[in-house]
Amino acid sequence: MTTKPKFAMYWAASCGGCEIAVLNIHEKILAVDENFEVVFWPVAMDAKYKDVDAMEDGEILLTLFNGSIRNSENEHIAKLLRRKSKILVAFGSCATEGCIPGLANFTPINEVIATAFSTPTTENPENILPIPDYEVPEGELHIPTIYPLIRTLEQVVDVDYFMPGCPPESHQIAAVIDLVIEVLKGNAELPPKGSVIGAGLSTVCDDCERTRNIKKIKEFGRIQMQHSDPDLCLLEQGIPCNGPATRQGCGALCPSAGAQCIGCYGPAEGVIDYGARLISAFASVIDSDDEEEIDHILDGLVDPAGQFYRFNLAGSLLRGSKAAVSVEHK
Amino acid sequence: MQRITIDPITRLEGHGKIEIFLNDEGEVENTYFQIPELRGFERFCVGRPVEELPLLTNRICGVCPEAHHMAGAKAADAVYKVDPPRTAKMLRELLYSAFYCTDHTTHFYALAGPDFVMGPDAPIAERNILGVIHKVGLEIGGKVIQMRKNGHNVVEMIGGRKVHPCTSIPGGLTKGITEEQRIEIESMGKWAIEFAQFSLKLFADIVLGNKAYLDLILGDIYTHQTYSMGMVDENNHVNFYDGQISIVAPDGERIGKYLPADYQDWIAERVEPWTYLKFPYLKKVGWKGFVDGKDSGIYMATPLSRLNASDGMATPLAQEEYDKFYKTLGGKPVHQRLATHWARLIELLYAAERWVELATDPEITSPEYHTIPTETPSEGIGIVEAPRGTLTHHYWTDERGVVTKVNLIVGTTNNNAPISMSIKKAAKSLITKGTVVTEGLLNMIEMAFRAYDPCFGCATHSLPGKMPLQVTIYDVNGDPINELKQYC
Repeated sequence: MTTKPKFAMYWAASCGGCEIAVLNIHEKILAVDENFEVVFWPVAMDAKYKDVDAMEDGEILLTLFNGSIRNSENEHIAKLLRRKSKILVAFGSCATEGCIPGLANFTPINEVIATAFSTPTTENPENILPIPDYEVPEGELHIPTIYPLIRTLEQVVDVDYFMPGCPPESHQIAAVIDLVIEVLKGNAELPPKGSVIGAGLSTVCDDCERTRNIKKIKEFGRIQMQHSDPDLCLLEQGIPCNGPATRQGCGALCPSAGAQCIGCYGPAEGVIDYGARLISAFASVIDSDDEEEIDHILDGLVDPAGQFYRFNLAGSLLRGSKAAVSVEHK
Repeated sequence: MQRITIDPITRLEGHGKIEIFLNDEGEVENTYFQIPELRGFERFCVGRPVEELPLLTNRICGVCPEAHHMAGAKAADAVYKVDPPRTAKMLRELLYSAFYCTDHTTHFYALAGPDFVMGPDAPIAERNILGVIHKVGLEIGGKVIQMRKNGHNVVEMIGGRKVHPCTSIPGGLTKGITEEQRIEIESMGKWAIEFAQFSLKLFADIVLGNKAYLDLILGDIYTHQTYSMGMVDENNHVNFYDGQISIVAPDGERIGKYLPADYQDWIAERVEPWTYLKFPYLKKVGWKGFVDGKDSGIYMATPLSRLNASDGMATPLAQEEYDKFYKTLGGKPVHQRLATHWARLIELLYAAERWVELATDPEITSPEYHTIPTETPSEGIGIVEAPRGTLTHHYWTDERGVVTKVNLIVGTTNNNAPISMSIKKAAKSLITKGTVVTEGLLNMIEMAFRAYDPCFGCATHSLPGKMPLQVTIYDVNGDPINELKQYC
């Protein structure tokens, strides 16, 4: 009979990148195995669902939950694991803020579904759409109901900690695992409930090695339309980089590789609205006091909605477009 | 009518469900293979700048983001009608080759391997990667970890990140590699060749050397006569990054090759109301239902089909294995779906050899890794071979390069119809009147889809997760008469 604390990891509507990031802690996985009894982790082991069902409430010490809530099935499992877990971590961008699939919240869900089944290669003259309950000659078939809006884990159940990133970087995951192991040994304490873990407090810019000259710009450019300087701040080269609003934690990976930050670590500590913070950061580099010229410069941002809410739309104050949110209210 | 539900199926990437209906004789009347979700990337990529699509579509699948990043980058190149410099193309293919090695390794050792190394009806507690490691030894487990680590390191060196690479842009890349990095990449590539050879030997010893497994592979349970699809280079050798798409009929005749730009002449997709996943088929042959044969447009796009659709491998060691493969299995094309596992290891060896070839090209460290586009963006198509099948990204943009329409035909989606058929055939073969349905038997039905290494995250542009399997058998009145739980 083992006395080790129990560990679980689950994916709802996600891409699997969080699982890959956890596997990428490589040998550290053995430390998880040493210190925990892994009771449910479908990607790594043949976990027993009936055991989860049969567990006492709160029997699992730690559950890392990645993926957002896109359909009825995701919600069901989120509620089940909440009940069974002492500590529930919203793990990765989908669970914490909705991530890229959350961009679907800009569009009423029926349009999202209809688009998928009317693409140029789809032969669908009768406009057939999948339906949750469908009668075939042999009996009724069921598939889960897709919800009008993508929701974050916190919008569905109570969450203890939030671990951002798309995906969370493996060294951050390893550090969190080390911390929990130290807590189990009585050598450390858990952070206050509701904390963001596995990331810093400041912004990506703080980790970025590119030089900033407090230079102002006359236009926004596109990354493919120039050979950018590898040592200068991308924003100061006119490339819309999300570093100034995005939480520190990745080590500024994308800017180090010549690419702009796209914001996958979510809002920096204390930022209530990511988009508003980023708009203010962009405004501060614009070199003009002339309203018309400012408008012209801003036209260089070809997709403001996506730029400012790329990863965090579902978790933001907006949650989605008015049209999409109104479908949910119906 | 009795009904057996397998929900969800396991040891794959993503989520699926199998419904098996038994008639009053206790024989399989029909099966349905259902995919429960979609996320709708085709809709919400609209309005985004096209250079972001290689980043956004990464998030279709975190298991093979490299495939979406590459197809997306090639489509975005095409949107701007820009031809990236040779170094950029080589760097992308180098990243992609290292990724292939990592991905095929994960499937062979962690997902499919347990069925063979431990046995199809081994105890559930052992039929997983840990069981495999305990059986074959920790040293091999260490090699598997090392292979995954090396592959991801190369992805990060070129792609900027280990998961969801970020460096491919229209016209090339945002960065190149240094000579120091090149040396390290070359050395890891040489190690990968040894690892691939070792894996093939392991397969020969454990699977081919076991008559029961060989019979299972060669037998009828897992065999289908469908078309084969795969990308080939100008010599009709397998290529993962660039080339034409070759289509070979069930009898081995090549019915044609198409350029990415012509994919709509060849592929159409069917919708069924009981699943969120579409069923692609060959437009020129037509949809005839879930049936085998030359008159049915159903095709497979897998490691096996890529070998069938090609005339050989572009690298010497992989070519030797290719010859051995067809000699052992009785010539081309091979239709036994379990042979896909062997084909996957031959591809692993090819990818490792290609990795070293590219890492030793004198131009690989050139600073010429980006061409600035000059044309007005409009429309473009990019195709690569994802590990799980031919991956097509098609973007339309306005004159600013803002996306107005997207079409995606994703690796596993190609295989939706053949997987459905393989499941039905395995179920029909294994469940007959009076059969006691055991957990091991149901796993053998699952082995039918596992050969395809399906990724339903990709397929539905969603990945709601692997869940345990629960089987409830109902009597005619809908009352449960037997319940089996696997991984649950």
